[in-house]
Amino acid sequence: MEEVAQNIETQEYFINMGPQHPSTHGVLRLMLTLDGEIIKKVQPHLGYIHRSIEKMCEKDSYQQVVHLTDRMDYLGCHINNEAVCLTVEKGLELEVPDRVKVIRTIISELTRLSSHQLWWGVMGMDLGAITTFLYGFRDREMITDIFEETCGARLTMNYNVPGGLMFDIHPNFQNRTKQFLEHFKKKLPEYDKLLTGNVIFTERTKGIGYLSKEDAISYGVTGPSARASGFSCDVRKKNPYSAYDRVDFKEILFTEGDCFARYQARIAEMWESMKIIEQLIDNIPEGEYKAKTKAVIKLPPGEYYQRVETPRGELGVYIISDNKKNPYRVKFRSPGFSNLSALDKMARGFKIADLVAIMSTLDLVIPDIDR
Amino acid sequence: MIGSIKKYFSDIYNGVKSLFTGMKVTGHYVTHPGEIITQQYPENRDTLKMFERFRGEVVLIHDENNEHKCTGCSACELACPNGTIEIISDKAIDEETGKPKKIIDTFVYHLQMCTFCNLCILACPTDAIKMAQTYEHSVFDRSELTKVLNKPGSKIMQGIK
Repeated sequence: MEEVAQNIETQEYFINMGPQHPSTHGVLRLMLTLDGEIIKKVQPHLGYIHRSIEKMCEKDSYQQVVHLTDRMDYLGCHINNEAVCLTVEKGLELEVPDRVKVIRTIISELTRLSSHQLWWGVMGMDLGAITTFLYGFRDREMITDIFEETCGARLTMNYNVPGGLMFDIHPNFQNRTKQFLEHFKKKLPEYDKLLTGNVIFTERTKGIGYLSKEDAISYGVTGPSARASGFSCDVRKKNPYSAYDRVDFKEILFTEGDCFARYQARIAEMWESMKIIEQLIDNIPEGEYKAKTKAVIKLPPGEYYQRVETPRGELGVYIISDNKKNPYRVKFRSPGFSNLSALDKMARGFKIADLVAIMSTLDLVIPDIDR
Repeated sequence: MIGSIKKYFSDIYNGVKSLFTGMKVTGHYVTHPGEIITQQYPENRDTLKMFERFRGEVVLIHDENNEHKCTGCSACELACPNGTIEIISDKAIDEETGKPKKIIDTFVYHLQMCTFCNLCILACPTDAIKMAQTYEHSVFDRSELTKVLNKPGSKIMQGIK
């Protein structure tokens, strides 16, 4: 039988996965070079949802730039807003009130939780379990309600303005957040019962899509995907911003580097996020919710860079100013783009069905890649 | 040989066990319908209430005398990143001083271009506009989304400058 298999001549062929494919989570086209069902090469083709956000920023004032970043990584939009605001505040040499720092940190962590909940649901669905999708969205609904009450929107919140927050937190914010934590602490073990221990799930993720630490560093992979390979790259620890320097949390590191490790890293991050919120929610300092800024913000000429940790990895905002009310140039270093570049390395030698699992654990958001 | 047979059966046992662990969770919700949080959306339309900060659409606040606070200063038009708001202003004679002053003729709002960023509301010096909590915006024709916010015959409140 083996002899026959050796004698059959196989031919490499191409197949397009996407741009409209249910498991690419958006309009991403992957050109696969296949030998049978084995992947020889993956070439991602981008640009299907390119909206030239960086160019649009050049005509907008600094207050207006913030709302465009909602549309990049829509699952971590508060953190994107925060990145732009931190960069502008850096340029203005503006110290924001303590209250703002703490509220920003709490909402950032809530955003991270809601993003990971959605990722968990969608990951299960990619691997054939509809149940997880509904369960993930059930718990995410409580967070979107908190956002809706405080920020005014469920997804594109635009809650940050350079210098602080758009409005103060809603009086119900603390109570609702505590209720959510109490609820989610009971529900997160359910996630483990449904997916982590499931035999089909573990068979499809353990040992699949290996990424070594060296490759993670050389491809610029960041976030939970890189920390699952043992690359310590948490910006919250390395370069603390907002109130991260005053909270106690662990940086999640795994060394296996496969899909299952990336899955575990995100689940463990959810516990850490809850720990951060718990430490801060009762200690929101009194004070102003916004530092005083001029109506027209002009940054002094120069270059400003700030990086933050989004649910997907490291987001960098680079602004060049020439003393006008619009930025001269804005560049976003988005985590999704760099993470996607390692896909080829991870998927080679595995089957098409494994590629779906690998893409899920990279947690790609296509508007973040294309911008 | 015996080891592999043992592994075969323990794999089956663990697999079946893990499936039942998951099914226990889903079974819990079958027997506890009180924990289900699904809302029956079109049916609960009458009782569904949005939060007070929810951004549905921009409205110009009118009081019972059909008066609004908009001075036509165009601060919202400048603050808008997408050109959603268009203010067409007119000239009128101030009754008290006799000098010409600016009033709004039409306050055009293009809902189809709005990103609900709330910057116009923050920019308004007289708090004349606010976000309404409406949520069903679909229409049959695109032109229906371009709205005139000042009601016919409305005028500016006294004392607003």
